[in-house]
Amino acid sequence: MTETLENRTAPGKRQRREGFWPTLIARFLKHKLAVLGLVVLILLGLLAIFAPLLAPYTFDGQDASIIGQPQPPSAAHWMGTDQLGRDAFTRVLYGARISLMVGLFSALLATFLGTLVGALSGYYRGWTDTVLMRITDVVLCIPLLPLIILLSGILRPSVALLIAIVGSLSWMGTARLVRSQFLSLREREFVEASRALGGGDNRVMFRHILPNALGPIIVSTTLSVGGTIMLESALSFLGLGVQPPTPTWGNLLNYASQWLTAAPWLAVFPGLMILITVLAVNFLGDGLRDAFDPRN
Amino acid sequence: MSLSYIFKRLLGMIPLLLGVSLILFGVLHLAPGGPLDVYADNPSVTQEALEQMKRAFGLDQPLPVQYFRWVTAFFQGEWGFSIRTAQPVMEEVLSRVPATLMLSGSAFFLALVVALPLGILSATRRYTGVDYFITLMSFLGISMPVFWLALMLQLLFAVQWRLLPSAGMQTIGDGSLLDILRHLALPVFILAFASVAGWSRYMRSSMVEILNQDYIRTARAKGVSARRVTYSHAFRNALIPVVTVVALDSAAILSGAVITETIFAWPGLGRLFIDSMNGRDYPVLMALLMVGSFALVVSNLVADLAYSLIDPRIRYD
Repeated sequence: MTETLENRTAPGKRQRREGFWPTLIARFLKHKLAVLGLVVLILLGLLAIFAPLLAPYTFDGQDASIIGQPQPPSAAHWMGTDQLGRDAFTRVLYGARISLMVGLFSALLATFLGTLVGALSGYYRGWTDTVLMRITDVVLCIPLLPLIILLSGILRPSVALLIAIVGSLSWMGTARLVRSQFLSLREREFVEASRALGGGDNRVMFRHILPNALGPIIVSTTLSVGGTIMLESALSFLGLGVQPPTPTWGNLLNYASQWLTAAPWLAVFPGLMILITVLAVNFLGDGLRDAFDPRN
Repeated sequence: MSLSYIFKRLLGMIPLLLGVSLILFGVLHLAPGGPLDVYADNPSVTQEALEQMKRAFGLDQPLPVQYFRWVTAFFQGEWGFSIRTAQPVMEEVLSRVPATLMLSGSAFFLALVVALPLGILSATRRYTGVDYFITLMSFLGISMPVFWLALMLQLLFAVQWRLLPSAGMQTIGDGSLLDILRHLALPVFILAFASVAGWSRYMRSSMVEILNQDYIRTARAKGVSARRVTYSHAFRNALIPVVTVVALDSAAILSGAVITETIFAWPGLGRLFIDSMNGRDYPVLMALLMVGSFALVVSNLVADLAYSLIDPRIRYD
């Protein structure tokens, strides 16, 4: 008994304590569905990256012998073909590239903007806070889905512009979240210590406070990827997002909707892919939330 | 809650809506292309006629002047004329309101009567098979691309089984209540679907929190029946945060209607929005976006007021 106590307090011997990250990973691994979600997303990511190698055909390659009438799934074409004789499986695979890219990058852009606004607002308070939060309030009062639909309709955006539109109109939630984190963290002792040591505003904000607010930010970014993937699909489904012949899950569904009666299989798979992806993202986000905030 | 508080909040709506109008006007007018683009490609419209139209619509003025003119007119109820149909914008918009209200109103009530019992069931049977099933279902619901679900339902109910019409509001020459109800079924289900998953989760977590409170334990210890504890002690208190979420979401249902109305060819505000967008009908588009913002602002206000109305612990001054 005394021996162990002495051992523990013995100078020079480091206490065996679990670090922040190992604890976090252990907690995350307990959430089976979240792990499943992560595995599914990694697989989807790999499929998207290596689509040109994995796809049995090229994405706009046409099989001249079956042009004119969509073909149901078969051994040669697992998900069938469309009216132009293009392999649906190949197009779904390629669709993953754009859909995942738009979803991921617009969520990252939104997080960047939201973190910046929230950090400035919560750190400086005063009139900076007032101005930034009034702007946030105003943007929150705009019906965003119609506005994004409208902008895509007018601009007919490229993939990059689409990411910019979606990302620059979805930062408000993150901004409010980061602001509230900063408001409470800035009163803590370590912030005072950093300032006493001569840390400038930028250093205190981004080197000391921000890392402590990272948990909620990571969770909200993850969850918003689901939202942005859904948004891109909806836009492309309406014919306003990414334009054909570049396939995305959304515009594949747009095409399929015109062939619903004659070729229902074309509509099934792209939608299933969106569902699986967003479901995986939501499970992952839920697991991360539990891991970062064990009180829940 | 005092009358002066409500009055203050109503006044607060004005700068908010002005800000919204400034952003919307700026975004729409700085984007390339303009309301007269439809005519620009038409060879029978001469350059002179185009210039004349520009002057007639005031489009030759600098942007701040255009904004000032538009915003003063708009807030006085002068919404101008549709470029596409030459009808007064307000008439165009108002004529579509009943169809959208019918659709989103029914969806709202359907979502409510499904979501609340599901949430209560989930909370009272916490960590049982029922709870896990409902939780899994709501995850599926949150992750569901509703436009795809709509396609699948059209495929099953309209194409395969021929039970329900796939689109429109009524059969031509019919229009009886039953006919409209049959047309309503699919779009209402789809529109409600998106809200049910979210609301039932809120109801569940709010209910779980309340059921862990001391006064619930006291009630149980006194021998109050489980049913009574759930419905008259816990439910009413658990409802408070849910009311806020539901009120805030009610405006979101309206914007979700844009997609649903497009898929089901429902002749409401959402369809008008898409049609006006394709026709570059800026006056109608601005009016619709402003109406949408107004609905959002009002739903925010209703959420706050409802909160203080049902929870006397909340006081605003």
